[in-house]
Amino acid sequence: MAEDAPASLHATGASSPAAAGEPHITIRGLSKAFGEAVIYDGFDLDIPRGRFVSVFGPNGCGKSTLINLVAGLLEPDAGTIRFGGKRLRDTNFGYVFQNYREALFPWMRSIDNIRYPLKFRNIPRAERDTRVERLVDRLGVTLDLAKYPYQLSGGQQQLVSIMRSLVIEPEVLFLDEPFSALDYEMTLFMRDQLQALFMDTRTTMVFVSHDLEEAVYLADDVMLLSRGPAEIADYVTVGIPRPRTAATISESAFVRVKAHCLDVFQKTVREA
Amino acid sequence: MDRFGPLTPLIGVVALLLIWQLAYWVEVVDRVLLPSPGSMFVAVWHGMTGGQLLLDFFRTIERTSLSILYAGIIGIPLGIALGSSVPVYRSVEFVVDFFRSTPASAVFPLFLAISGPGDATKIQVATFGASLVILFNVAYGVMNARKTRLQAAQVMGASKLRVLTDVMLFESLPQTFVGLRNGVSLALIIVIVAEMFIGSVDGLGHNVLDNQMLFEMPRMYAAIFVAGALGYGFNLMFLLIERRYVHWSGR
Repeated sequence: MAEDAPASLHATGASSPAAAGEPHITIRGLSKAFGEAVIYDGFDLDIPRGRFVSVFGPNGCGKSTLINLVAGLLEPDAGTIRFGGKRLRDTNFGYVFQNYREALFPWMRSIDNIRYPLKFRNIPRAERDTRVERLVDRLGVTLDLAKYPYQLSGGQQQLVSIMRSLVIEPEVLFLDEPFSALDYEMTLFMRDQLQALFMDTRTTMVFVSHDLEEAVYLADDVMLLSRGPAEIADYVTVGIPRPRTAATISESAFVRVKAHCLDVFQKTVREA
Repeated sequence: MDRFGPLTPLIGVVALLLIWQLAYWVEVVDRVLLPSPGSMFVAVWHGMTGGQLLLDFFRTIERTSLSILYAGIIGIPLGIALGSSVPVYRSVEFVVDFFRSTPASAVFPLFLAISGPGDATKIQVATFGASLVILFNVAYGVMNARKTRLQAAQVMGASKLRVLTDVMLFESLPQTFVGLRNGVSLALIIVIVAEMFIGSVDGLGHNVLDNQMLFEMPRMYAAIFVAGALGYGFNLMFLLIERRYVHWSGR
């Protein structure tokens, strides 16, 4: 793996994200260590605008750490992160947590949870309500938003959580294993909801997953990370047209991409 | 036991009264020392319908309520302030723990020496004990706020102050109520003990001791019973308030 800067992206010969369009998120020289464990050391990455990027890699390689650094939940030891040249605090972004139960506010009704982030933006009260209504219409949500989160099923709670991150109409959406606490049926449904949403908005999405099938199914690009300190083992462009459906999963193009990713993944695990 | 339905909790009550009545009939102890449950209930009835017991009951409620009110006013803001900074809390943790573990009755003579034998002293000692319990619980509630929830507020753009008022405060509410319930139990204990001290002229503690010295056993049992009911009532009141306003607790 090349050590130097953006070249590391192209080192494997996989199609470069830069070719997909202008970079939206630019990471340069990112370093982060927890005590002795060096997770990132001079890490560079460009995430293209308007694309769905899945981040996949072995346990503990720093998948979640990466989006937590980019979303400002962790302070990097060194390095810069820019969003189309802007800093994080000038960027409208959303973040969906894995643990929806602990991410939602149980003392607020679902509708108030969704409305909450609008408080911190200069949006008049009337506009806030229309924003929520518009979002509900677009997603075709039928659940009763007057209920408290604990009165909803797991999938419904995560849907509320996703709506909360979308109501500000973000330019970037970070998702940290958002479906891993849901049952399989719900996961399938939520994948398609998310895909429809992406096709509709073309919001840049950074999706951390521990499920390779899901990572490939949803992504324009799959970023495969290797372990400690993390490097990009491969950056794979999926190139399968949307909307993808359950049938896509058994198509040869999908199987080929998935097999390639699995191959790279197993190599990185063996090396570590 | 399920077939008794909602009456199930009454089984223990009936059993206790039966055992008591039985003990009275076979004279396990002298009937003067252990009167029948019936005579106690008669004494409760007489005392609470315009007798001295009713007056003492209200005095104890007044003192305990004031104590828990002051303890809340002191303990809740201090608990939030200390709990929202882990290093600050760690620096005073030992002191809080030490005084929380000190029997409040042990500092009574000190407060007597400072404030004299009046009403104020009783309320001060009870406030002292209860506020530490509340402070401790509130601080822990704030410190143990779910990290994901704080992060969620942070990524949505909430300032540190907003994270405190919008998330930490709510997160600490269930634990705050634990503190209030424990605090009011402690305050009641201290108030009752204080009412037994020199210079007291009323309150349930005074009533119990007075009747004991006069050997008015049914009346003494009546005062003990009313004190128990009061403690139970305070606890129940906080539980109901919690269930109404902290509806998400434990869910």
